[in-house]
Amino acid sequence: MTFINYASREINCKIVYYGPGLCGKTTNLQYIYDSTAPQAKGKLISLATETDRTLFFDFMPLELGTVRGFKTRFHLYTVPGQVYYDASRKLILKGVDGVVFVADSQDERMDANIESLYNLEENLSSQGYDLKQLPYVLQLNKRDLPNVTPLEELTEELGRKGEPIFEAVATNGTGVFDTLKAVAKQVLTELRKG
Amino acid sequence: MAETPFIIQEHQFQRIKNILARLCVECAARVVFLVDRDGQPIAFHGDIGDMDTTSFSSLAAGNVAATSSMAKLIGEDAFPGVVHEGERESIYISVIGRSLLVIVFDERSTVGLVKIRAKRTSFEIAALLDEATHDSDQYRINKNTFFSEITDEDIDSLFS
Ligand SMILES: Nc1nc2c(ncn2[C@@H]2O[C@H](COP(=O)(O)OP(=O)(O)OP(=O)(O)O)[C@@H](O)[C@H]2O)c(=O)[nH]1
Ligand SMILES: [Mg+2]
Repeated sequence: MTFINYASREINCKIVYYGPGLCGKTTNLQYIYDSTAPQAKGKLISLATETDRTLFFDFMPLELGTVRGFKTRFHLYTVPGQVYYDASRKLILKGVDGVVFVADSQDERMDANIESLYNLEENLSSQGYDLKQLPYVLQLNKRDLPNVTPLEELTEELGRKGEPIFEAVATNGTGVFDTLKAVAKQVLTELRKG
Repeated sequence: MAETPFIIQEHQFQRIKNILARLCVECAARVVFLVDRDGQPIAFHGDIGDMDTTSFSSLAAGNVAATSSMAKLIGEDAFPGVVHEGERESIYISVIGRSLLVIVFDERSTVGLVKIRAKRTSFEIAALLDEATHDSDQYRINKNTFFSEITDEDIDSLFS
């Protein structure tokens, strides 16, 4: 839920990166963190297991600049992708303003993508949201690997509503900011609609 | 559709700050925060030193979200208050509707005192937040708001 403070002239929005285990959600945040000027970001908090799998969430606040004198701050979260962390995923979706679904383009992860996307739709609707009405972007990650499913096939299988789709290689930053911009823009546009 | 935005007006913010300032003194706390349940910091009063208040707020919200879900699993509706006691510094978090009152205190205070004072203050905060929620809804209904004037150029300029 967007939070607007007239006293400090701030707009705060929440964006959640969703997707199957190891698809590259944390890597997206890490890249954004590493390539943002210190004054525009806060700490990157990772609640992770010993083996760097997300346990609860990653979190990072990012300031994009001002709109009409209001600082716009985006709170970026990732969910844990592993199937058995579903309770945590539900919690993190609370109050969400926009979602990025990070798909793993590798052939053998197609089923995991489908399952995770279905899980997203379920968890959203259990909280009264509808994916179709929410600012939403699809990122097809790991395009650098040899065994990837063709773009058309992924779009066909995972596309939901003509959402913006970006090919990405999160490890080197390809498509990472395009994805973020696309979802942030939708969130702000939504705010304008009222 | 995302939820309607929650808007805090200047005068409400000032009142919240005043309430937090008073509470901070009353329970001899180091610092007192008001945080949205989704993790957005709303206001604070006290000595933050070089503490990262944004991270702190998001973790407080995550903490309450996790313990509330645990409560449901054992048949409790919620844990209205959560205490973490440390060697020197401790934290008390009280759930007030859509927000969390987070009190950081040390050996100059006690859990008992903090709880009593927090409880008394929570009614005041609840009323104020209700008012802000009501105003937020009104604000949206009166269409001629600041937000409808945001242009495509305004949004694009953020990403240049
Ligand atoms: N080749 C390649 N590897 C990637 C890419 N993006 C992420 N990875 C790697 O994939 C692994 C998992 O990435 P994470 O970002 O931790 O995945 P996650 O989605 O956060 O996983 P969970 O936290 O378990 O949900 C890491 O070893 C990354 O370096 C990519 O675009 N290409
Ligand atoms: Mg992760």
